[in-house]
Amino acid sequence: MRAAVIQFPGSNCDRDMAVALNRFTTKKDPVKMVWHKESGLPGNLDLIAIPGGFSFGDYLRCGAIAARSPIMNAVIEFANNGGYVLGVCNGFQVLTESGLLPGALMRNSNLKFICKNIQLKVETQSSNFTSCYSKNEIINTPIAHHDGNYNADKDTIKELKDHDRIAFSYVDNPNGSMGNIAGILSENRRVLGMMPHPERLNDPMLGGIDGNRLFQSIYETLVTS
Amino acid sequence: MKARVNVTLKPGVLDPQGAAVRHSLGSLGFAGVDKVRQGKVIELDLTENDPIKAKSQVEDMCEKLLANTVIENYSVEIL
Repeated sequence: MRAAVIQFPGSNCDRDMAVALNRFTTKKDPVKMVWHKESGLPGNLDLIAIPGGFSFGDYLRCGAIAARSPIMNAVIEFANNGGYVLGVCNGFQVLTESGLLPGALMRNSNLKFICKNIQLKVETQSSNFTSCYSKNEIINTPIAHHDGNYNADKDTIKELKDHDRIAFSYVDNPNGSMGNIAGILSENRRVLGMMPHPERLNDPMLGGIDGNRLFQSIYETLVTS
Repeated sequence: MKARVNVTLKPGVLDPQGAAVRHSLGSLGFAGVDKVRQGKVIELDLTENDPIKAKSQVEDMCEKLLANTVIENYSVEIL
């Protein structure tokens, strides 16, 4: 698998994401770290990951400035050509701000930064990010965010539900998200945005491995395609 | 030429910060505040001198960056 991680000023999960992805790359061709000021991407990429953090200090709105940085034109083009894009936490906020995913992430309903392990329900197995999970399976994943309260108009929520585009939902909604939504897929199911951090729970030394199957899913898709 | 942009949450979008401010006003003894909606004000200094052109430029800025029209409304005043 050939993957790249985009780095913005204030990204802080970029190296964790690279470690998680490098389990599925070769030593000869490891994850490429791409600075936001670049205008082009490395060639022949399979997957772009937009990591968590506080890009540009969350100024204006979370992810708003990052979504307009030079590299994002290339990321949007990559996604529009059918490339796989994963946005985690701040990466999810960047994806909604850039228009690659619908809706918006607002301040948590209790106004608090929440950092804890929570339970997620896998809502669909039919995506190349979730194929190694079972539908309705409950998995453990950490969350760490202040603005994870998913909000969209009624038509968008209906569209997400009707077309099986909700990837993960919260078992016990921590942040007020509509429909308990924790992660959603694009229309072509190749862009996934989620607030929880699968890259933080992918090794027994970190306390669990439930996050690893997300990366395994995309890897298996790519090697068998 | 100066412009002022007011960004507010769309009606119906939950505003937990506004609700917290309302609660705090109540605890300070300000009774009779039914609802608080919090927004932001952005002021810009522009080189453009034509108010009509300036307004149209700032509206374009709002659509592309200053407001997230999924959840926010904006209004532009040329000062």
